[in-house]
Amino acid sequence: MAQERDTSVLAPVPDRSADAARRRRGRSWAILIVLFGLCLLFYAITIVKMAHF
Amino acid sequence: MTEEGVMLPFSAADMTVEADYRDWIALLKPRVLTLVVFTGMIGLIVAPGHLNWVLAFTAILCITVAAGACGAINMWYDRDIDAVMRRTRNRPIPAGRIEPGPALGFGVTLAVGSVLLMGLAVNIPAALILALSICFYVFVYTVWLKRRTPQNIVIGGAAGAFPPVIGWAAVTGSVDLIPLVLFGIVFIWTPPHFWSLALWANDDYRRAGVPMLPVVAGARETRRQILLYSLLLVPLTLVPFGMGFSGTPYGIAAGILGAVFLQRVYGVMTDRQDEAGVSLTGDLPAKRAFKYSVLYLFLLFGALAVDRVVW
Repeated sequence: MAQERDTSVLAPVPDRSADAARRRRGRSWAILIVLFGLCLLFYAITIVKMAHF
Repeated sequence: MTEEGVMLPFSAADMTVEADYRDWIALLKPRVLTLVVFTGMIGLIVAPGHLNWVLAFTAILCITVAAGACGAINMWYDRDIDAVMRRTRNRPIPAGRIEPGPALGFGVTLAVGSVLLMGLAVNIPAALILALSICFYVFVYTVWLKRRTPQNIVIGGAAGAFPPVIGWAAVTGSVDLIPLVLFGIVFIWTPPHFWSLALWANDDYRRAGVPMLPVVAGARETRRQILLYSLLLVPLTLVPFGMGFSGTPYGIAAGILGAVFLQRVYGVMTDRQDEAGVSLTGDLPAKRAFKYSVLYLFLLFGALAVDRVVW
């Protein structure tokens, strides 16, 4: 008969601390800044390219 | 982190630690990027012609992102050896902060994106050379050469020599003799630069099974090779002056910087050694030579740019 595992002891513990929330917030801000920067860059490139025509 | 976390006894290593944005930046090897960005910018500045500043910025951004992507893919591929080397074991993948799969996806996305953007915004030749440099770094250096031959960084060094050519191509849409000379300078500079590092990181490379020259041929032969490449490098840096591409200020700067470079290499050659050629000074001259080699390339290319722009 297979023994049941006590997963409360064996399972990895997700890091739900305030530190994890801070890391996630930092990552979200970084993605936002990159996306905003790319929007600006593509807009500027379009303007420059259009000026050539 | 482990895919079979529930099957293993609990330990601190099993904690799901989310990666910080700084970990993703670390995947791009930012310290290496500075030199790549700089040499790319120099290629762009010294090239004849004019490029709108938005497109120039885009070109530099593409070179930077592509180089970062190469770093991320390299870290994905080398995660096993990074884990056993002191210098690299705290990188995001071996330290368990980023999973290998997402790291590879991140690198490939950035690589493809940078080439597409270069092609669409700047020009096709620059995008093709950028793609070639990425493929060279990933397939020729990382996958093929790095673990197989002590010539890994001699041939693989070409990957790091592409940025000035890409910068030049971004402005002119073609490749000339001068960007190839700049390519050659970075190419010949790379072995003495890396072997100086390898002399004092020898144990790390040996433990990881990477056949760097000091591991395979010993410290004495490595010092001899450093000297040979340095003797090739210094005259090569004078070629732009000899060809009339630059003025006397660059010629003087290249001469002085080269003389100091050779003096540092002489220090490496005459380092106190045991019978096997192992340094008795903790490879202090090699550390000095390594540090100076970075400064050397910055100053040399900076002098070329200033010479071209001011005189």
